[in-house]
Amino acid sequence: MNEAYGTIKVKRGLAEMLKGGVIMDVTSVEQAKIAEEAGAVAVMALERIPADVRKEGGVARMVDPKIAEDIMNAVSIPVMAKVRIGHFAEAQVLEAIGVDFIDESEVLTPADEVHHINKWDFKVPFVCGARDLGEALRRISEGAAMIRTKGEPGTGNIVEAVRHMRIVMDEIRKIQNMSEEELFVEAKELRAPIELVREVKQLGRLPVVNFAAGGIVTPADASLMMQLGADGIFVGSGIFKSENPKRRAEAIVAATTYYDRPDIVAKVSENLGKEMKGIDIRDLVEKDKMQIRGD
Amino acid sequence: MLIGVVAIQGAVSEHIDMLKRLEVEAIPVKTKEDINSVDGLILPGGESTTIGRLLHLYNIDTVIKKRAMEGMPIFGTCAGMILLSKHINSYDQPTLGLIDATIVRNAFGRQIDSMEVDLTIKGFDSPFHAIFIRAPVVKEVGEGVEVLSEIPQGIVFIRQGNVLASSFHPELGTDLRIHKYFLDMVKKFLKK
Repeated sequence: MNEAYGTIKVKRGLAEMLKGGVIMDVTSVEQAKIAEEAGAVAVMALERIPADVRKEGGVARMVDPKIAEDIMNAVSIPVMAKVRIGHFAEAQVLEAIGVDFIDESEVLTPADEVHHINKWDFKVPFVCGARDLGEALRRISEGAAMIRTKGEPGTGNIVEAVRHMRIVMDEIRKIQNMSEEELFVEAKELRAPIELVREVKQLGRLPVVNFAAGGIVTPADASLMMQLGADGIFVGSGIFKSENPKRRAEAIVAATTYYDRPDIVAKVSENLGKEMKGIDIRDLVEKDKMQIRGD
Repeated sequence: MLIGVVAIQGAVSEHIDMLKRLEVEAIPVKTKEDINSVDGLILPGGESTTIGRLLHLYNIDTVIKKRAMEGMPIFGTCAGMILLSKHINSYDQPTLGLIDATIVRNAFGRQIDSMEVDLTIKGFDSPFHAIFIRAPVVKEVGEGVEVLSEIPQGIVFIRQGNVLASSFHPELGTDLRIHKYFLDMVKKFLKK
């Protein structure tokens, strides 16, 4: 037998298996179990959820490996964890303990303001945030096996995720009609490799799956993002900052599958209890925006 | 001929694309009515706990079982194989129980142990390039279950009557032979 591990197909393949599902932020074994029972396709192990990172400030780092390992032992679904942008040593640690997916994330305080991690060096797949097509393709060229919108994490406000998803979809549609010579100019403007720009034109989509993240709180939020073209949903603070996490988690899972069935989205949206309050993006000063970290 | 791919969650479009390449009409299905309208059904890869939970919640599981009893061919890949099997080792999760097999989930380990490998498959004249992602294996099969492929980690491809299941993902590759094999089962079913 000639086994090949950590190949592009195997990395992108896991992301494909997550499509149509919900990935939930969790900070403990108890929360991870609630997420799994509610139908999450994966959990993201964190020290603090984005809303608390935002509130408490300071430097946000990789999760304590012990917490990640306890969560990995407690649930059967894939376990993801975040590393700081450019912090390849944190990524090596998470790969060493066997985390299933790494999120090189702007929610944590960046460790490198110029370079992202060379993700081709790893057997474990990576997901990265992007606000537009150029950013998505730069991350893919660095080896990302999955893309998500950045949104504005920890705000409970969907507006930035909508903006980022619409921009990516719009740019993909634009490329469909371009001639070969226009593609060269487009690649230059997107600051992305021409090969990837050509691939997007040929596929009519990103070469990896593209999830929505940042500010998703309600089942209708999930349905909105799916209808805008997301392949699946990340929920960060929205679940465990709400009154009834279990019911809300189950409702968002159902709304992600049945996003095109408003009758079902309506039914699962009933009596979910109080949701996280949220922040108007216009009240954020520039330095508090997480989405501008890493480009 | 119309094939449905259960679209609760997972690699749905990949199966539909494979079937399109074989010039067969395929649709995503996620309601009872959808499932009653197809001639063959694919349960794709994804997360078995998520898919299983929603199948049960929306009573889709009973319709799938009813159609299977009528002889409609069903093919499950990875999570789909888990959901089709009668027993799962050390996990308490509902399944359809349509194939007499005992499954070991995440049998290879974690994602870093996911891999590609060439398989020998019964009845195929050359190896099949298979992609295993956090894959299960079959530890034991009951009478009437045909083992179509086995590797040192366990049994990875089985058939019992009208139910076919693989631990790996033929929908992620380019080799159409396994989908063709399944379509032959559907053709025979439609002739009856």
